Amino acid sequence: MSSLLRQSLQDRRLAAPLLEEIRKTAADIPGNARVMEVCGTHTVAIRRSGVHSLLPDNILLVSGPGCPVCVTPTSYIDNALHLLETTKATIVSFGDMLKVPGSDGRNLAGYLGRGRVRIVYSPAEMLPIARESAEAVVFLAIGFETTIPTVAAAFLQARRAGIENLFLYTAFKTVPPALRALLDSPDRNLDGFLLPGHVSVIIGEQPYLFLEKRGGVPGVITGFEPLDLLQGISAVLKQIARGQQRVENTYTRAVRSGGNPKAREIMEQLLEPVDALWRGFGRIPASGLVLNQAFRDADAQLQFSLPPLRNVEPPGCLCAQVLQGRVLPAECSLFGKRCTPETPVGPCMVSSEGTCAASFRYGDAEP
Amino acid sequence: MCLAVPMKIEKILEDRKALVKQDDLETEVDLTLIEDPKVGDYVIIHAGYAIDLLDLEEAEERLKLFRAMEESG
Amino acid sequence: MSISERITLEHGSGGALSRQLTEQLIYPILSNDAYRELADATDFEIPGRTFITTDTYVVDPVFFPGGDIGTLGVFGTCNDLAVCGARPRYLTVGLVLEEGFPTADLRRVLESVRASAEQAEVRVISGDTKVVPSGKGGGIFLNTTGVGEALGDHLLSVNNIKEGDSVLVSGPVGSHGLAILAIREGLKIGATLQSDCAPLFPLCEALYALGGSLRFMRDATRGGVAAVLNEAVAENRKCGMEIQETAFPISGTVAAASDLLGLNPLEIANEGVMIAVVAPKAAAEALSRLRSFQTGREACQVGVVSVRHPGRVILETAVGGRRILDLPRGLLLPRIC
Repeated sequence: MSSLLRQSLQDRRLAAPLLEEIRKTAADIPGNARVMEVCGTHTVAIRRSGVHSLLPDNILLVSGPGCPVCVTPTSYIDNALHLLETTKATIVSFGDMLKVPGSDGRNLAGYLGRGRVRIVYSPAEMLPIARESAEAVVFLAIGFETTIPTVAAAFLQARRAGIENLFLYTAFKTVPPALRALLDSPDRNLDGFLLPGHVSVIIGEQPYLFLEKRGGVPGVITGFEPLDLLQGISAVLKQIARGQQRVENTYTRAVRSGGNPKAREIMEQLLEPVDALWRGFGRIPASGLVLNQAFRDADAQLQFSLPPLRNVEPPGCLCAQVLQGRVLPAECSLFGKRCTPETPVGPCMVSSEGTCAASFRYGDAEP
Repeated sequence: MCLAVPMKIEKILEDRKALVKQDDLETEVDLTLIEDPKVGDYVIIHAGYAIDLLDLEEAEERLKLFRAMEESG
Repeated sequence: MSISERITLEHGSGGALSRQLTEQLIYPILSNDAYRELADATDFEIPGRTFITTDTYVVDPVFFPGGDIGTLGVFGTCNDLAVCGARPRYLTVGLVLEEGFPTADLRRVLESVRASAEQAEVRVISGDTKVVPSGKGGGIFLNTTGVGEALGDHLLSVNNIKEGDSVLVSGPVGSHGLAILAIREGLKIGATLQSDCAPLFPLCEALYALGGSLRFMRDATRGGVAAVLNEAVAENRKCGMEIQETAFPISGTVAAASDLLGLNPLEIANEGVMIAVVAPKAAAEALSRLRSFQTGREACQVGVVSVRHPGRVILETAVGGRRILDLPRGLLLPRIC
């Protein structure tokens, strides 16, 4: 059943009427419509699927802060490298973080061959790694609300199993506070949001409702297959054209309006909100999650006395501005020259979901 | 930031895990985040965990909508 | 005295244990009518123009569904000869073993080499074995050098490619790399994900007979078909390609696994698939020939050579959009993002 569904959601005959709708709606919008794809996975999906090339010229899709690798400050990598250099700890990480440069350009990949860094697909894999190791095992806990419950579930299971050498180095972030910061910024230039589909699976519609208040913009929860993308884009354009300002869910097969309460409950067992430092945005109140009191003994930052995070931008890197949707990759003087996927200067190029990487690899318009 | 794909629960295993399947691909996932999962349910999988159920009826409804648009267009 | 259970440094030192390993294990498995004795060098004859290629195999894990480092070592090198229009004839096998490598595993790899060589109709005629200290190797590294006999005078090259030419793929893509990744990452993905490791010579021979209508062939190993297509247009700067995403045969299992891991089947390594570029009038015949073989039965046309975007491969996507099909970049790692 699943593959039939997937094929239907890529069917160009079914896409045609949606595209027609988009064209008609775009024609009704005076000037440009600036829509932010909050989620890095949307940035990639929109380009990889070719949807980007099909949109009318007055629809400008700008990328947002929804790339957990991109919004993690450089000093997080510096601190991880420091751990590797000064202790015998093993670092466990998702593959996405492996080649992100720290402040001096070094990354974690160099330690891969020596077995000090282990790449995992699922946080559940940190349990056997911890069991087999005589040393501390530190998990690089980055991610948004889609990923956070999976790490929380794995860690709680480790605790129940009596594993004591597992630590989390948290840089978890939550999406709605970043959207609020974008909305509140004085020179904001946004007409609507494509809201992240899988984050919404966890959090539901409620946390986005502030968008409906005065000064807000429409937000449409959108899925990731080509027809999902077209439907989400069509819906947000219709609201923009009509001057509406609602939170709308077009990804109803996956997103319940109340989200996944069980997943949130597991997050709450382990974590509590904290102010967090976002690359590009600076400090956003209550936008991060850390281990709560009961689990502080597993907090790597505390237990290894890691310095607090700082933002250090490599010279010339405009990643911070790209993340806020203010600058397009091609507008950065390093783009495609000094900064390429092989020689990335900033995380927007290194991350597989980074705006600059997507723009470089898939092209940004009709090729 | 969220790659997640739907697969069908074939068998519930011990320790809150399940065998899931799509085409001939089988893999094991963790069901801790799902309330009351059953064999035959479709789940959305991210990083080795099922993060929620997929509502097949909703999926069908939307597809019907797309097909209707195509026919009338 | 029988050989020890594990390889030791002495097995590579040139002394008694080295002789024992070669005479009792390696040579008996690999010897054939062209490799009749253990000498410092072996003589052979190949008439006419000769091709030579070499490749080193460091695959981890050593054993995987559908093959092992021995299978790869033979088919990989033979395929490099085949796609250049050469009939593979002879191979050398160089082994670098890590101290502690199980002798039973070595035996298994050698048996694979023997069986694959038989299947590919090539003969191993020389070899070498070294042992490195524990921690300095990956269990086993294998180098094979292959020589082959030109099928004819027509030289295949990316520079033969012309506007309008048809771009063909010989079979379903993405299996090998995914099978390896699944094991390496312990992904508990079912056994249906198998390497497609296979000899391509029969397919290449069938296409070579098309003469000048066959412009060029390449096997789509590391980097998948995306790498081959990009390399072709990068080397031949006058041309680009327009490719249809939906034209590529991809098994449901590969599609599902690559979705799960956030990877693109077009960028994943194959070991039994090739790209061929032919003159448009020869495309139907070329496909018919490919499809007459088991490994080519899903062969199809995936696009055309164009001059619209020289140096670029443009993909028409499933939903009817367009985007660049870029060279794969970076390591093949499963992603969650």
